[in-house]
Amino acid sequence: MNVVAVLARRELSLAWARGGGALLAVGFFVAAALMLPLALGPAPERLAGVSGGVTWVVLSLASLLSLDRMFERDFEDGALDLLALGPLPLEIVASVKCLAQWTVSGAPLAIAAPVVAVGLGAPVASAPMILVAAALGGLAFAFLGGTGAALALASRRGGLLIAVVVLPLLTPPVIFGGAAIANFTAGLPWGGALSLLAAYALGCVALTPFAMAGACRNAQS
Amino acid sequence: MITVLSVEDLALQRGERVLFRHLGLRVAAGEAVALTGSNGAGKTSLLRAIAGFIRPIEGRIAFEGAAGALPADDARRAGCHLVGHQDGLKPGRRARDELLFQARWHGGTAPGALAAAERLGLTRLLGLEVRVLSAGQRRRLALARLIASPRPLWLLDEPLAPLDAASRTLFGILMAEHLARGGLIVAAVHDPLPIAARTVGIAA
Repeated sequence: MNVVAVLARRELSLAWARGGGALLAVGFFVAAALMLPLALGPAPERLAGVSGGVTWVVLSLASLLSLDRMFERDFEDGALDLLALGPLPLEIVASVKCLAQWTVSGAPLAIAAPVVAVGLGAPVASAPMILVAAALGGLAFAFLGGTGAALALASRRGGLLIAVVVLPLLTPPVIFGGAAIANFTAGLPWGGALSLLAAYALGCVALTPFAMAGACRNAQS
Repeated sequence: MITVLSVEDLALQRGERVLFRHLGLRVAAGEAVALTGSNGAGKTSLLRAIAGFIRPIEGRIAFEGAAGALPADDARRAGCHLVGHQDGLKPGRRARDELLFQARWHGGTAPGALAAAERLGLTRLLGLEVRVLSAGQRRRLALARLIASPRPLWLLDEPLAPLDAASRTLFGILMAEHLARGGLIVAAVHDPLPIAARTVGIAA
């Protein structure tokens, strides 16, 4: 059996167990989005105006729910040492971990995102675009969250560190994704914002594994 | 395949404290070394330095194969097992899944892993979650990967500590078999190993 497949199977099973699987993230996402009409009052046109932005903000928060322990358990129980002595470099191990996290929570969230946005009053025609944007954004969130989780290893109050380090890095995808949805709704060109979002997400996928592997090695030494 | 591990003039530092200097050690195929020393002397740090986790402040750690020097990184990735204080097992997963993952990840196969479990008397426990296993059972599960995925260099950090007398005897037999196949063992211990081993004391 291919070692990447062996690792991916383990990581998927751990990611599923870690945050209560997709249910927790999607449940939080839907519940938080449903609070909005209750808070803003019964005015469909007002809701429709903010539906895209609200969907995007709640989506980013829901993506971060179970990220902070992505490396911590492996570090605490010694499994990170095993992973480091295996056939693949830690950079690839970290990428597989983030992809597993995205598969378990990012992808279900991306499927839920258009449903929530349309439910709040976004045009039905925007649903495919929201799906793509949420999938790309989730990829960026998973890899950035993994970077924060790796940096927080071996430090007490790592959660605070994750917030301080990761939140600024999350602003570009929030801006690009929100802009793509808002422009689509307003009938303006939205391809540029979506391309920037895709570029940012792919940049994260390409670069953050080096930071994650470096942070893990630093924690192990 | 590692046939010689050589440590020359090694100095390790943890935080501000220098643990030891001028440590030399040469282990050839078929040899076992027992590292002794008081708590905090640096036995675990030395094992982690050999495994590549801690960078020495002086000296070098080198691996040789039958055809000469091996690149350290490749030698560690393909030829080295580290069993530390923690077993690296996930409490929420079944023993079978954890054993199969650890064995395959280190280059073993599923039949090999099941044979190793049989050898260590774990077959009956494979269906259980790791969280319900005792400390000794967990350690045996971790040691099973040494048998399941053959690698020449075993770095063991107090491998016998949680084991009962019968398991210690069994692991002694497994270590002797490993040495007979041309393996190398470096073990940090407080109690004597159940096999013939050269003792190297570590002190500042």
